[in-house]
Amino acid sequence: MADQATKKMGDWGLGAGELERILSEAAKHKGESLWQDAWRRLKANRTAWCSLCFLALFTSVAFLAPLLPLPSPVSLDLQIEPQPPVAPWSQFGRGGFSPEYWELSGLDQAMVRGRVAIFDDWQTAAWLGTDAKGRDILSRIVWGSRTSMLVALAAALCSLAIGVTYGALAGYLGGAVDNLMMRIVDVLYSIPFIFVVIFLITIVNEYRTELEDHYGINREVIFYLVIGAIYWLTMARVVRGQVLSLRHAEFIDAARQLGASTARIVFVHLVPNVLSIVIVYLTLTIPAVMLFEAFLSFLGLGIEPPKVSWGLLAVDGSEMVNPVRIYWWLVVFPAAAMGATLLALNLVGDGLRDALDPKLRGQS
Amino acid sequence: MALLEVRNLSVRFDTHHGSLRAVDDVSFTLDEGETLGLVGESGSGKSVCNLALMGLVPRPPGVIESGEVWFEGRDLLQLPESELRALRGNSLAMIFQDPMTSLNPLLSVERQLSEVLEVHRGLSRRQARKQCAAALDDVGIPEPERRLDEFPHELSGGMRQRVMIAMALLCDPQILLADEPTTALDVTIQAQILELLSDLQERRGTAIVLVTHDLGVVAGMSDRVAVMYAGRLVESASTLDLFARPAHPYTQGLLASVPDLGGNREGDLFSIPGSPPDLVELPAGCAFAPRCGQVEEACRSGPPDSLDLNDTAAHGPRRVACPRAHAGFETGGLL
Amino acid sequence: MSESLLSVRELKKHFPTGRRSFLGRSHDVLRAVDGVSFDLERGQCLGLVGESGCGKTTVARTIMGLEKASGGSVTLDGHELTSLGRRGWLPYRTRVQMIFQDPYASLDPRQTVASILTEPLAIHGRGKPKQRKLRAMALLDVVGLNPRHINRYPHEFSGGQRQRIGIARALALEPEVLVCDEPVSALDVSIQAQIINLLVELKERFSLAYLFIAHDLAVVRHISDTVAVMYLGRVVEMAPCDTLFEAPQHPYTRALLSAVPLADPLAERQRRRILLEGDVPSPLHPPPGCAFQGRCPDRDAVPAGRCVSEAPLLLACGSSLVACHLDPSRE
Ligand SMILES: Nc1ncnc2c1ncn2[C@@H]1O[C@H](COP(=O)(O)OP(=O)(O)OP(=O)(O)O)[C@@H](O)[C@H]1O
Ligand SMILES: Nc1ncnc2c1ncn2[C@@H]1O[C@H](COP(=O)(O)OP(=O)(O)OP(=O)(O)O)[C@@H](O)[C@H]1O
Ligand SMILES: [Mg+2]
Ligand SMILES: [Mg+2]
Repeated sequence: MADQATKKMGDWGLGAGELERILSEAAKHKGESLWQDAWRRLKANRTAWCSLCFLALFTSVAFLAPLLPLPSPVSLDLQIEPQPPVAPWSQFGRGGFSPEYWELSGLDQAMVRGRVAIFDDWQTAAWLGTDAKGRDILSRIVWGSRTSMLVALAAALCSLAIGVTYGALAGYLGGAVDNLMMRIVDVLYSIPFIFVVIFLITIVNEYRTELEDHYGINREVIFYLVIGAIYWLTMARVVRGQVLSLRHAEFIDAARQLGASTARIVFVHLVPNVLSIVIVYLTLTIPAVMLFEAFLSFLGLGIEPPKVSWGLLAVDGSEMVNPVRIYWWLVVFPAAAMGATLLALNLVGDGLRDALDPKLRGQS
Repeated sequence: MALLEVRNLSVRFDTHHGSLRAVDDVSFTLDEGETLGLVGESGSGKSVCNLALMGLVPRPPGVIESGEVWFEGRDLLQLPESELRALRGNSLAMIFQDPMTSLNPLLSVERQLSEVLEVHRGLSRRQARKQCAAALDDVGIPEPERRLDEFPHELSGGMRQRVMIAMALLCDPQILLADEPTTALDVTIQAQILELLSDLQERRGTAIVLVTHDLGVVAGMSDRVAVMYAGRLVESASTLDLFARPAHPYTQGLLASVPDLGGNREGDLFSIPGSPPDLVELPAGCAFAPRCGQVEEACRSGPPDSLDLNDTAAHGPRRVACPRAHAGFETGGLL
Repeated sequence: MSESLLSVRELKKHFPTGRRSFLGRSHDVLRAVDGVSFDLERGQCLGLVGESGCGKTTVARTIMGLEKASGGSVTLDGHELTSLGRRGWLPYRTRVQMIFQDPYASLDPRQTVASILTEPLAIHGRGKPKQRKLRAMALLDVVGLNPRHINRYPHEFSGGQRQRIGIARALALEPEVLVCDEPVSALDVSIQAQIINLLVELKERFSLAYLFIAHDLAVVRHISDTVAVMYLGRVVEMAPCDTLFEAPQHPYTRALLSAVPLADPLAERQRRRILLEGDVPSPLHPPPGCAFQGRCPDRDAVPAGRCVSEAPLLLACGSSLVACHLDPSRE
């Protein structure tokens, strides 16, 4: 087969040697894809670009948290009341670090060992103050952001893997299949998930040991399952709508008449063409998921202590609000971290929409 | 007085490859009941010119560099968006070039058509539906009532194009910008549509800008013709003069490329050698110079001005942007 | 068994229409194509013209298997195609390819020219990636584009250049039959001439057979060997190109030819068109008898009511096939 292809090529005017030469020249004539074009437009958008850099920094700090010379987020230092922030220029660091954590994953443990090797027991001072149990707020914010990131990642993966595939298939296959698939989505939509969560978590609390020992099901698993179940639904709808309008495009017919399989049409032609909408939509979903996590944790249904999450930080903060003394750093810093992240995500989303689809600019 | 007067219109696009002037210093007038044919190569700025008149140039990347468009004592380019919107679809209508992408694939034909009526005329849904059906009937679509409930992909290419036409004619516009309205139609329906446009013209005194690649349509419909090349108007003349004595070398090439129904079938069709210029890197002189068979040294120095042509046999004023053509007509020898 | 390369027999395509309810199906059918037959020989070009909405695109799409035929057969070299599923079709895809009308919509905007042109080869498992790419460059050269531009994207080309890319994609599998649905109607005259010249050259070089759908009759005349005229889902006249243009037999063909605008204002203004009166019939409720009956200028010349009562068959008349009661020389 392969031979045949080259042989025929000879008949078509250009020799194989000639073609090889041109191929190496062709590298210089790289075209600019719509993605590169969008990327350039995004970079030109100062606000969106700054937000994106902020998010990148934030994500890497969250990921590298065990390696940073932060105090442990859980080591207690029983004091009478929370310590106010210490400005870094008055006290930068101190000794006395103890590697106390909850059960960490292998990678995290390795990072902690690395941290000890590099910094020994040196740790930053309480720049953002401590809470009532003497735990360092900065460290808790950073460690808490890992939870938020993880939740965001889970939701994003579900949206992408399930939502996009499901929506694209429904839209492309159309007819009765589409009808059935979208009714399933409607049914899932109509389930009041907050009650389901409360219900499930109550069950888990009730039969805690059995479930954990026999099936490995704990609150966190339930938590991620629920997020997985919810957050692909809207994505499926969005993608299906887009695909419906692309389905009759001539380039899809062109692929069909070449004999392309359904999988090829969906993943090679349809999905890349709706991806811009998908990405924009993702940047808008992620803040919603982070809030959902915080909300559930706040209600005591999400992440459990000793682990930290932004929702739990908010609980701690609010418990300490009283008319006698305001421990403002317990509330302000976690809120600021969360607010900044959500704002940055939204700004990036806006910028991406403008960059990916310039025609949409100025519309809602 | 002219119904519409366009003066020195220039539209620039700032793309990442560089800026290009899609419409460059274009001026023309349009009288009531008149049809101006606008012809020219793909990418010569015909559509952008029309979009600019409608205030629909995408901005960015588009920038209206200069120009005035006078209509009913107002400069359309200075009007606020809200007033423009009131004009659009009402006294100013456009038939968009690409029916495949200009129709929303998710809306039924009725929804797309009735929007104009509901917005501009404040008709009820029932009344609007009736009018829409009548409009589809006018453009020769059988069983219009039924077609109203269909979606664009269920229509043939020509029907989609006729839906676009019906949409533009719904409000009896005073000025109709028709951007290649009949490319997807067979000749009998095309004749019917052109008839419909002439009717409208007589009834309402509508002025039409007719953009088309079909020189036969131009010959039959338009009173005057303007030829665009690389964003500039290179020639304008009354239809009779232009076809009888094309002055600009590009116009001559264009006329020669038309396949002839009765002509011989042997050999290749004539086509203008070379390819359309890259608007980002236009040659210093006349944009047509690299492809022109009559090129001179002077052509490469600066872009030629558009001047009145001294054509004694002309039926109306003629302008051409080619010094060679002027010289040819001066000496009386036709090129 | 017929000798021809592609043979279409009594092809039918009916679309269910009307408002579809949640589960129920409507029983109205739209007869987009209603019994079309023709043969296409190797190296020949069959021009297909007709009124807008008469079913030309549907014929093309049904031949390509993009729509499932409601009846009739399409055979390629004696192999029946209409009953095949996607997998069964696969080996024939390499032999029949299609060029689309809209050069802007028929190329995937997210793919480079290289992946557009190698996709057919990849689907059919031809060659290794490197060879496919070389092949794609050879194709660009064949259609008159610079092979160095292989890594560009469609939006970086003009309409005429994109149409060439579409042609190159159709040529990638070295088909024997090319189905062209209005390949030049979106292009301006000069570029149109280039594309037509290219198609003629390719036809001779690779002895391709074309099914060429177009509205521009001058173009059809230039490129075709045989021309078929469709009206409301049926072929009403089929004849060798010159015969059809010089001696049209069917009243619709005559009306069609008389409506061609001429690029000469004086002649154009004096030209006498045969004006068609009456309403354009709908494929949902075709009139009884001859579909053209309501608009036919020669209706009165036929003995009482035959046009209304009896659908004319496509019968030989000299070198043409004509479906009309009018013609005196036939029986
Ligand atoms: N949104 C845009 N961004 C950048 N460039 C544009 C845009 N729209 C048009 N152009 C450029 O402006 C020039 C004129 O385009 P225009 O659509 O007016 O051509 P046209 O004469 O209508 O061609 P055709 O006959 O193919 O319709 C082209 O070179 C095109 O690339
Ligand atoms: N997917 C579909 N669903 C329902 N009806 C359809 C569909 N596709 C085409 N039709 C109908 O079939 C008929 C023939 O359409 P087709 O597109 O084949 O016409 P055509 O001859 O190509 O016309 P044109 O010259 O305008 O492109 C039309 O009445 C059209 O409405
Ligand atoms: Mg245009
Ligand atoms: Mg068609």
